[in-house]
Amino acid sequence: MPHIAPAAQSDPSSREDFLRKVHPPGWQNPPPRSRYDLVIVGGGPAGLIAADFARRQGLSVALVERYRLGGNSLNSGSIPSKAIIRAARVLSSLRDDEEYGAAAFERPLTDFRAVMERTRRIRTRIAEYHSIERLQAGGIDVFFADARFAEAHVVIAGQTPLSFKKALIATGARPRSSDIPGLDLVGYLTSDSIFDLAELPKRFGVIGGGPLGCELAQAFCRLGSRVTIVQNEAKFLPDEEREAAELLSMSMSRDGVDTRLNTAVVGARMEGGAKWLDTVNDGIKCSIEVDEVLLSIGRVPNVETLALAAGGIGFDPAQGINVDDFLRTTNVDVYAAGDVCNRRQFANVAGSSGRLAVQNAFGARSERQHQEAIPWCTYCDPEIAHIGVHAREARERSIPVECYTVMMQDVDRAITDGVDDGFVKIYVKQGTDQIIGATIVATRASELINEMSVIMSAKIGMRRLSTMVHTYPSQSDAIRLAAVAFVNSRSDGAGK
Amino acid sequence: MSAELTDDALLDRLQRAAFTYLSENTSAHNGLVADTSRPGSPCSIAVVGFALSCYPVAVERSWLSRREAAALTLKTLQFFWHSPQNELPDATGFKGFYYHFLDMQSGLRVWQCELSLVDTALLMAGVLTVGRYFDGAGDEENIRQLSDALYRRVDWHWARNGRETVSQGWKPEFGFLHYGWEGYNEATIVYVLGVSSPTHPLPAASFAGWTLTYQWENLLGHDVLYSGPLFTHFFSHAWIDYRGIQDAFMREKGSDYFENTKSAIAIHREYGARNPRGYEGYGRDFWGITAGDGPGNQELRESRRDRRFFGYMARGVPYGPDDGTIAPWAMLAALPFSPEAALRGTRHLLESYPQVCPKDRFASGYNATLKGWLSEGWFGLDQGLLVMMIENYRTGLIWELTRQCPVIRAGLIRAGFTGGWL
Repeated sequence: MPHIAPAAQSDPSSREDFLRKVHPPGWQNPPPRSRYDLVIVGGGPAGLIAADFARRQGLSVALVERYRLGGNSLNSGSIPSKAIIRAARVLSSLRDDEEYGAAAFERPLTDFRAVMERTRRIRTRIAEYHSIERLQAGGIDVFFADARFAEAHVVIAGQTPLSFKKALIATGARPRSSDIPGLDLVGYLTSDSIFDLAELPKRFGVIGGGPLGCELAQAFCRLGSRVTIVQNEAKFLPDEEREAAELLSMSMSRDGVDTRLNTAVVGARMEGGAKWLDTVNDGIKCSIEVDEVLLSIGRVPNVETLALAAGGIGFDPAQGINVDDFLRTTNVDVYAAGDVCNRRQFANVAGSSGRLAVQNAFGARSERQHQEAIPWCTYCDPEIAHIGVHAREARERSIPVECYTVMMQDVDRAITDGVDDGFVKIYVKQGTDQIIGATIVATRASELINEMSVIMSAKIGMRRLSTMVHTYPSQSDAIRLAAVAFVNSRSDGAGK
Repeated sequence: MSAELTDDALLDRLQRAAFTYLSENTSAHNGLVADTSRPGSPCSIAVVGFALSCYPVAVERSWLSRREAAALTLKTLQFFWHSPQNELPDATGFKGFYYHFLDMQSGLRVWQCELSLVDTALLMAGVLTVGRYFDGAGDEENIRQLSDALYRRVDWHWARNGRETVSQGWKPEFGFLHYGWEGYNEATIVYVLGVSSPTHPLPAASFAGWTLTYQWENLLGHDVLYSGPLFTHFFSHAWIDYRGIQDAFMREKGSDYFENTKSAIAIHREYGARNPRGYEGYGRDFWGITAGDGPGNQELRESRRDRRFFGYMARGVPYGPDDGTIAPWAMLAALPFSPEAALRGTRHLLESYPQVCPKDRFASGYNATLKGWLSEGWFGLDQGLLVMMIENYRTGLIWELTRQCPVIRAGLIRAGFTGGWL
């Protein structure tokens, strides 16, 4: 495990450059038009993609953002976490070097400031693609202000009324706050604040075993923290396959993460200058001493401050804005997209729903949102990616389902690369060769799952897939091999 | 020792040796059987369920007289009937269920363990087996009455905790364990016995509720209802003859739970041959990855790689975990399903690694990679299962008894099984 090096110098210019792109200091909101075709509330992935799509249709667009452009994804989610995970993976790979023929050498220390500076540089670079200058150049009026509905066709941005034909609410979600006694007093980090850490915590407690909790537990462990992750369920990633979650558990343990499943945090306190988390597992009490705590127990939609009732927009404080299959709210001229209304809170889901909402608001024909065709991934090592239905969901819907699995340990390229943990599992509707979903656990599952996305969109069945020549050796060949297993199972009645 | 013996002579010797574990580790005072042969081991109620089922075998094979077997059986059932059943943390059981581990002498709960549903079900399977076998008068009549009373007392309905499917257990300190079962495993017997209860039944739909979590997979070239550890394909099967009977799931897949275990065995053998983690010994005749004892949490730097090893845990194939530890008894337990594979593997093991079978009894775990680590002593579950599986292969005695058992028959029918001997 890498140790922690003395702090390096930080780079102040990077932060200024970043803010110039996402929320320039001293920004003056433009004078509003008398009426916009589209007012978008929220400048995250859903809002930004919707804004770009709308202005390309020749629509007049106002975008209201209360904090920074880019949303959680850029500021505190996908981008910074992936940058840190990459750093952790590089440092971790130096652990296995001798197997690959490297002569023994002293393991490098972790320079946490360098890790965070790289993270900020990456964030700044990626912010350019949706910078305020680009939005302005595209003719989009950007308002940095709080937004609230005044009536069915008016949003107030700060003090400025914005009248619209259609509106899109894309205010996203925020980390769920704690109801653990004492944790507020002790203090904790969330995804909103963790990327501002200046020092690597020596002892790091993670509460919650969802995607973000698992990703950061593993990454911080690899960077050198002593990490304990506490999950109040029988497995990590409750939405994923049991085998996928168990592989992740094993992988985290191998890295040195102290994993506590079926364990509830029932209290937090300060003692002797340290933070203590009090836990209960099957009635057995335990305490964990840490320097920092990450609370990662889900997200809640940002709906409270929008005065939605004034706009005639129905919502549930826990579930978010009520939308139909076409993303339309109870106000027929207001749509919603992204985390504020979607169960699957991922940036790619947000982006595609933002585009779809605009298309449905202004297009001749409306289209339903098909969340099943959207892949998602948890970026642990190995990565866990999924598309379509799970076997259990299919069975609950009375769809007979068969799974065709290829273990990565049987895939030549995974063997040569030394990354053979995981599997490709394709779900097929029994009696057909129709693919209804897939789970991939692999070192680059986030890339492999996109092949499944194309296959499913093109409605390619298992028989045809089995004949599609892949590069050899390649990890994605596992997908073809799963289809070959399907064909073989029919030709030789294997296992029957 | 195996090379010169015929199959039948070899099986006779191994089956008898396995049974002697039970006779050597049973308390004459209350009939409780020790979980392991290690000093101070408590009783495991599941091992008692296996032991009870082995007594008819012992009678038929003249290892015990019928009178001796009936007396031991009666003593055991009387203990369970009269031992404390209440909410206190040191009782023997509650609501007709029993704590997983009991003190060998006092019969009270140890280790703050859970009131265990699956282990109670395995105990009750044994209770029902003896209730069927002992059909005479005197002690045998008392056995039948107690068998019926013990089964009727189990409150399966309570164990649902208001849900459709059952919880894994309960503790007096805080109530139900808040996780259930996901995916196929050894728990079929829980549902078969639970739905059949005339007093406190599980709803028939509870079994279907559990089977919703099943996954039918093609793994390593074989179609299978997946469960990783091999024992999960054996435990319910030790009692229930699944040949030719199908529930809704197996009808949908055109298989049955007996054929499924054959597929699981084929996958374990194929995994042994592929040996993806490069463990010492693994091959088509060296397999049997399951829940059981292990070398303990430790690491070994070997061939410039880090190897990790674990203690007692549920190992599985092909998803793992696999640390190179096999259960030496597991190949032989496959006997009724895949006799050729079971005998080939067992003979290979006995010839190449005779140390895994001290006193003709298989140890619980062996790891050839970790300097030949061998689990100390013996585990009661392994020995009881072997006696039953060898008998089912040789004469089908246990299966014949339970096929005639009205509780098991009705349970299977209520759970949706049809066809074959039903």
